[in-house]
Amino acid sequence: MSRFTGLRSVFKREFKGYFASPLGYIFIVIFLVASGWLTLSRDFGRFLELRQASLDPFFTYIPWLFVVLVPAVAMRLWAEERKTGTVELLFTLPITLEASYLGKFLAGWCFLSFSLVLSLPLVFQVARLGDPDWGVIFTGYLGCVLLAAAYLSIGMLFSAITKNQVVAFILGTTATVAFLIVGLPQSLETIGKYFDVIGLGGYAEQLFLSLSVTDHFDTMTRGLLEVGTLMFFILFTVGWLICGMVALDRTKAS
Amino acid sequence: MEENNTSNTMADEAPEASSVDTAPASETAPTSEPAPAVTTAPAGATAPTGETLVSVDNLTKHYGPIRAVDGISFEVRRGEVLGFLGPNGAGKTTAMRLITGFLEPDAGRIEVAGHDLATDSLAARQKIGYLPENAPAYGEMTVTGFLEFIGEARDISDIPQAIARVLKMTALTKVQHQTIETLSKGFKRRVGLAQALIHDPEVLILDEPTDGLDPNQKAVVQQLLANIASNKCIIVSTHILDEVERICTRAMIISQGQILVDSTPQDLISQAPSHNVIRLTLQDDDPALASRLEAQDWCSRVEVRSASSVDIYPEGGENHLVDLLDLIKDTPIQDVHLQEGRLDDLFRNVTEGITT
Repeated sequence: MSRFTGLRSVFKREFKGYFASPLGYIFIVIFLVASGWLTLSRDFGRFLELRQASLDPFFTYIPWLFVVLVPAVAMRLWAEERKTGTVELLFTLPITLEASYLGKFLAGWCFLSFSLVLSLPLVFQVARLGDPDWGVIFTGYLGCVLLAAAYLSIGMLFSAITKNQVVAFILGTTATVAFLIVGLPQSLETIGKYFDVIGLGGYAEQLFLSLSVTDHFDTMTRGLLEVGTLMFFILFTVGWLICGMVALDRTKAS
Repeated sequence: MEENNTSNTMADEAPEASSVDTAPASETAPTSEPAPAVTTAPAGATAPTGETLVSVDNLTKHYGPIRAVDGISFEVRRGEVLGFLGPNGAGKTTAMRLITGFLEPDAGRIEVAGHDLATDSLAARQKIGYLPENAPAYGEMTVTGFLEFIGEARDISDIPQAIARVLKMTALTKVQHQTIETLSKGFKRRVGLAQALIHDPEVLILDEPTDGLDPNQKAVVQQLLANIASNKCIIVSTHILDEVERICTRAMIISQGQILVDSTPQDLISQAPSHNVIRLTLQDDDPALASRLEAQDWCSRVEVRSASSVDIYPEGGENHLVDLLDLIKDTPIQDVHLQEGRLDDLFRNVTEGITT
């Protein structure tokens, strides 16, 4: 038996779980309606007004949609287990904590990726209307999938430290928003001014920009596939997953 | 009516169940004083029926300043049904969570079927079937779906066959396609038992398996345990003392994380202060009755209930009915009743003064 014994069974149970309750369907409907509306709206994406065969209007709003939707997927993953006591059942099965944690993470990630796949009609529409840059669409979608993983790993940590799903959701949203806005030009400017006092404004801006998901996500939606960006998302996600596992190990019995 | 066809099914599965060993009384008999005298029986002194399946050595677990489990040691063998008794908060659940690997001990060593829980946790957990307190289960799953998940997680080779077996054992076949959240408490508890039994474990650990069930449902669960007990090692926690007498071959009273008593239920009953007490009721009032009885050397004390009725506590808890009848042979008697010891009394005697 390895450390990842049981990962498959946890994954399967969790993934099926999204479709066993209305939650999964509600999530998909909200995601598709909201992303479609934001893309097409004259006030936001202006997809039709731009007259470009590009999915930029769609990708621009994904980070903001995910700020709300991904913590909603993550909130129940551990909080519910701890509230109902099934965590005791799960951790007395011959399954390691790492396997359970990753099983749940992968199930959530696959569910989010599945939701993204359902937005493909938009791609077909773009292909019908013009001649899009397929590379940009590919990296854009890859960016969305990586962003979902990053947000999910944050949301899972907060789900592991509280039994209350609402608290997990609020904390998850707050944290993901923080990582999003820290990369906005306005935020960076403020941070720069603040650190200018000690003469480190430029470095601070660089540091916070590199910590923000915004910049890395934008790189991908522009069609660039950089090793640094990929490493950022991988390390960011793995880091939060490890923190989550450590937190869960401490809180599981309380 | 949900329970009625179970006992037949279960009787077929384990015909030898009625011959559960009643081991000879432990030499390290429990004290009836309310003092925290730890009288851990040496391994094998209670019920030497099979090889040791659970071995606990100097187990300790703290929650902050509170010692939930305070250096307990014991061994449980195949064929034994060990009852954990104790007031709420005594450390029973913590001890079970330690043995099942859910919690890690601060100190001490646990071995399950030869596997050290600290170094070989997965293999040890594979040998254990565990029903946690309140029988938690994934409510949105169907009974079969839930058992399938447990079967896969436990890497059972023939899952459909294993599910069919436990559904039959726990009489859940009728509700197998229902979601667990729609089931009654009795059914939910049996779903918990089914998942604990699905891999036919050698070690079965059940935290209050009959808590909150109605008398019929309790009887069904107790019968099920009695039927499967012969080739397993079962540890069951309860505060229904009646249950201990019915299903356990060995009983431990735990309080404040320590083992106060470790003996057989029969031995505990004989230790109870109410054991062999005689309730005597005469036809006519006799004000001198109490003093007449107290003068006897076999009588330790007399409790007067009314002018014609007394409770007689014999010296050393022995049966002195013959002596009494001899003493009052000329007095017209309305009723005489010899009581068997009640575990409740011993339980209170041992744990009182510690918990209050």
